[in-house]
Amino acid sequence: MHPFSISVADDPGRAVAAHAQDDHLSYIAGGTDLLGLMKDGAAFPAHLLDINDLPGLAGVDATPDGGLRIGALARMSDVAANAEVRERFPVIAEGLLFAASGQLRNMASMGGNIMQRTRCSYFRDGDDPACNKRRPGSGCSALDGLNRNHAIFGWSDACVATHPSDVAVALAALEADVVVLGRAGERSIPIADFHRLPGGTPERDTVLGRGELIVAVEVRAQAEGRASHYLKVRDRQSYEFALVSVAAAVETEGRRLRSVRLAMGGVAHKPWRLTAAETALRGADLDDIGALEAAIATSFTDARPLAHNAFKADLSRRAVLRALQTAGARA
Amino acid sequence: MGEANPGGAVDHAAARDIRPAPVKLEVNGTSHTFAVEPRTTLLEALREGLGLTGTKKGCDRGECGACTVHVDGRRVLSCMTLAAMQEGKQITTIEGLEQDGELHPVQEAFIEHDGFQCGFCTSGQVMSGVAVIDEAKAGWPSAATADVRKPFTVAGLSNTEIRERMSGNLCRCACYPNIVAAVAEAAEKG
Repeated sequence: MHPFSISVADDPGRAVAAHAQDDHLSYIAGGTDLLGLMKDGAAFPAHLLDINDLPGLAGVDATPDGGLRIGALARMSDVAANAEVRERFPVIAEGLLFAASGQLRNMASMGGNIMQRTRCSYFRDGDDPACNKRRPGSGCSALDGLNRNHAIFGWSDACVATHPSDVAVALAALEADVVVLGRAGERSIPIADFHRLPGGTPERDTVLGRGELIVAVEVRAQAEGRASHYLKVRDRQSYEFALVSVAAAVETEGRRLRSVRLAMGGVAHKPWRLTAAETALRGADLDDIGALEAAIATSFTDARPLAHNAFKADLSRRAVLRALQTAGARA
Repeated sequence: MGEANPGGAVDHAAARDIRPAPVKLEVNGTSHTFAVEPRTTLLEALREGLGLTGTKKGCDRGECGACTVHVDGRRVLSCMTLAAMQEGKQITTIEGLEQDGELHPVQEAFIEHDGFQCGFCTSGQVMSGVAVIDEAKAGWPSAATADVRKPFTVAGLSNTEIRERMSGNLCRCACYPNIVAAVAEAAEKG
């Protein structure tokens, strides 16, 4: 790794002020993504501000109305093991448990998880091939290169990468808010607006700027929380990023779907909501497979597969059906 | 790899304090204070600073698990955290697992079940195995748990559960069946 300095933050407000003033400062919490990027020459912070000791940011608190506030410094393993999370929002626990390894889940923070950068192998390549995320303006090696693992929705000629987080997909289906502390105080960002599509500026993954710090993720109470499920499809059974993944959360009346929320991972630069399918599935019978398939298909008419990933559209439709059925069985 | 001064990193760091600074690490019950550069990983500090070479450097990217140690009782990857971030933390390495000359039950079980061949991954496997049993006793579910909404107990630590929970530790000699058997036996014995 390149040389850098390090200090410990003891106050959130001062941490935000330091981040605002210094373009070459990075926060570090678990460090499991940042140190990898630094070792691969894809991030070069001159100063690391260790935020692990900031008070009050590591809790997982069930709110009285049935919601949840997850501190940004809560570790993935603590959130996944939390009884209220498992009961009220199984999709969150599953999204966390299907990610990384036991060791990494003990280290990685919730805030860092949703900030992690793409696993596109060109972006991570220490030999520095063309990559607009790594060096803006250098081009996208994946666009006409090996793009089996890349996006089928929302990509641009500048970038076809996907977002690697699992739990962000679960949070998207639950319409969670990311609570951010800035110089002017806290603001809540709906998770749908938190991650960006690449457009012409793929070097920016999120809407966060200098002088901002994630302090929590909030999930409001909702009937769909309990009947929820995360399904991840990958090249090996464990400890692997998603080819495609689905978070499904439903509310039913008998076997009929009253409300459906679906988000996918592995298909876009951000968690991808299947809004057309959600609308088309309302009122559908969970036992009418043909109707479910037809409704799901409405979200894939705008899929734009690349040379090597046309399989993702078929795989996605089937994964969505299975996730929906599993979530439905929990209603 | 890449440019000599990628991202202008050397220039940006020039005005910063990148010199070694003292850090106090509590390793296997003994306190050590020594100077580390900010960029020194915990793995490098253990191996090169303290001469505790039982912890191995495999991939140095958080992918193989060979560097697994316990920090404050939890298994972590020592290659993916900085020594300077461990001030005052209780660190246990493979060298600290035996008690009064007696091997840890998980170490005994690895010998009993021949859970290794070349041995390079073994210290990480053992450190993970110890933690897997503790995590199961604490009721933590895993991706192999059929229904995360229900309580999990150590009695549910099937071979499928052990395989999932140990998946962060690779063994290129492919001793997996014997590693699973060793962890299962140690879990059964309590």
